[in-house]
Amino acid sequence: MAKINEGLLYCESHEWVKVDGNVAIIGVSDFAQEEMGDITYVDLPSEGDTVTAGEDFGALESVKASSELYSPVSGTVIAVNSELEDAPEKVNEDPYASWIIKVEMSDTKELDALMNASSYAEIAK
Amino acid sequence: MKYYDKLIFELSKSGRTGYSLPSKVSDKDSLPSSGNLWRQSSLGLPEVSELDVVRHYTNLSQMNFGVDTGFYPLGSCTMKYNPKINEEIVGQFNGIHPLQPLETVRGCAEVYEGIDAALASVTGMKHFTFEPCAGAHGELTGLMLMREYHFSRGDMGRTKVIVPDSAHGTNPASAAVCGLEIVEVKSKADGLIDVEDLKPLLGPDIAGIMMTNPNTLGLFERDIKEIAALVHDCGGLLYYDGANMNPLIGVVRPGDMGFDIMHLNLHKSFSTPHGGGGPGSGPVGVADKLVNLLPRYDKGVEKSESGIRVSGFHGNFGVILRAYAYLLMLGRENVRMAGKLATLGANYIKESLKDCYKLPIPTVCKHEFVFDGLVNDGAREGVAGATTLDVAKRLLDYGFHAPTIYFPLLFHQAIMIEPTETESLETLDAFIEVMRKIAAEAAEDPELLHSAPHATPISRPDETMAARQPKLTWFA
Repeated sequence: MAKINEGLLYCESHEWVKVDGNVAIIGVSDFAQEEMGDITYVDLPSEGDTVTAGEDFGALESVKASSELYSPVSGTVIAVNSELEDAPEKVNEDPYASWIIKVEMSDTKELDALMNASSYAEIAK
Repeated sequence: MKYYDKLIFELSKSGRTGYSLPSKVSDKDSLPSSGNLWRQSSLGLPEVSELDVVRHYTNLSQMNFGVDTGFYPLGSCTMKYNPKINEEIVGQFNGIHPLQPLETVRGCAEVYEGIDAALASVTGMKHFTFEPCAGAHGELTGLMLMREYHFSRGDMGRTKVIVPDSAHGTNPASAAVCGLEIVEVKSKADGLIDVEDLKPLLGPDIAGIMMTNPNTLGLFERDIKEIAALVHDCGGLLYYDGANMNPLIGVVRPGDMGFDIMHLNLHKSFSTPHGGGGPGSGPVGVADKLVNLLPRYDKGVEKSESGIRVSGFHGNFGVILRAYAYLLMLGRENVRMAGKLATLGANYIKESLKDCYKLPIPTVCKHEFVFDGLVNDGAREGVAGATTLDVAKRLLDYGFHAPTIYFPLLFHQAIMIEPTETESLETLDAFIEVMRKIAAEAAEDPELLHSAPHATPISRPDETMAARQPKLTWFA
């Protein structure tokens, strides 16, 4: 059974968001990493890149498949977790600690469209 | 099987050679003695005797598994037998060169004309180009033709290609390489394209749609005529991915379904050798309205208004010749039997195993079908159930090549089986028996499957390590 952390927001494409003021910290859910299997590569954007809600900002590759990462919010990338470049397995080990990017949101209202933990639990099974 | 895992470099012994050259190499005198033309460092080639080389490659080849050694039910790949007469015929063409004057290779020109006509006849296309050297190469060529077709009419706004969610991964990849944007159309629960999902996507920005029919689940897209009409009405073109052409040859023609551009995989449907990275052949055929754009030679003269050129000369002639031999050996009457027998074989396996393996789409399939894991995977308290990967690994113990697994992505535990027409009833029965035995083993003792294969030289390579830290070169 995949773990779903309370207090985070989720989207249908299995990314999670932790809100810190107007900064969104984004990663993928435990369900997503389980489905992907052993992750072998994380394709990261660069700091300063613009991301748009619902559009891809990077990708995860595993031995099974390659899967795009979709941004739950729009804004500017202010940090990327470059540790994942050399240690993609961290996403498997602890998907909620292994954030992927931090985004300065241009429109925090977009958060309203995301799911809370209990709604996400309905689709992550 | 004798285990053998040496690299040829490991056999190398300084000073050992398997050749002898004239003692005085006169070419050396004709090259400048100074300057940067002479290699400064050693070439780093293995130093081995002729016998070393022969034994090395013979030993390696004996560890190989191919259609010539056993059943190879690899879904979406059509691993059919490659008749030896193809090789006999190709052997007689070894001495030709693409720059020879046309009048000295009239026979080869005739081969191109002959296979062009034969493929046009079985597909309903007008003409083919033989330049593309693989299926995905054909896809790219086809999409370049699609784009060029719109450009040539001054229609510059068509930047999107529709690709079904069940498509082969090469489809969106080819479209992206061609600079086109990909729009996904969903499948319905019965595995076919959802026409209602397609309708709102169509408009003046659509260059076309890429489809495989039968699709990746081995199902015939029954709404194809309606889909073709809808796409054509919006000004788009239809691209046919020929990966699954095998069941249809001589039965249904993509041209009649409404497709405008298509590729064929000669190494799948037309019995030429498959895999190992080539040489392959992915000829692209087009409907009448695109013929002027097709890179094509007519009696040795290049005829194309598009300037598209995707390989030197005329593609992989040897592969094309093998496919032509296959078509001529079967003839018009027998060629249509191949697909029917492939379809019969696939349905026979599907029906014989559906009580042990989950069958998500229970309708009649074409040449291949998809299971979604075991009905009873043996999971119990403290013991994980056997997965599709475990089943595939266990099959190796019984001397069969594993089927395609975890593709298509529509199911979590996909096992995709394609027997091809060249397998006998006895082979199909033997495979079914083993698959049933594995299902029984899984129910009883999934651990046995977790650790399979037990009888192969290598059991489970660490795929994760290979992907994370690949070591691709060898140094002494």
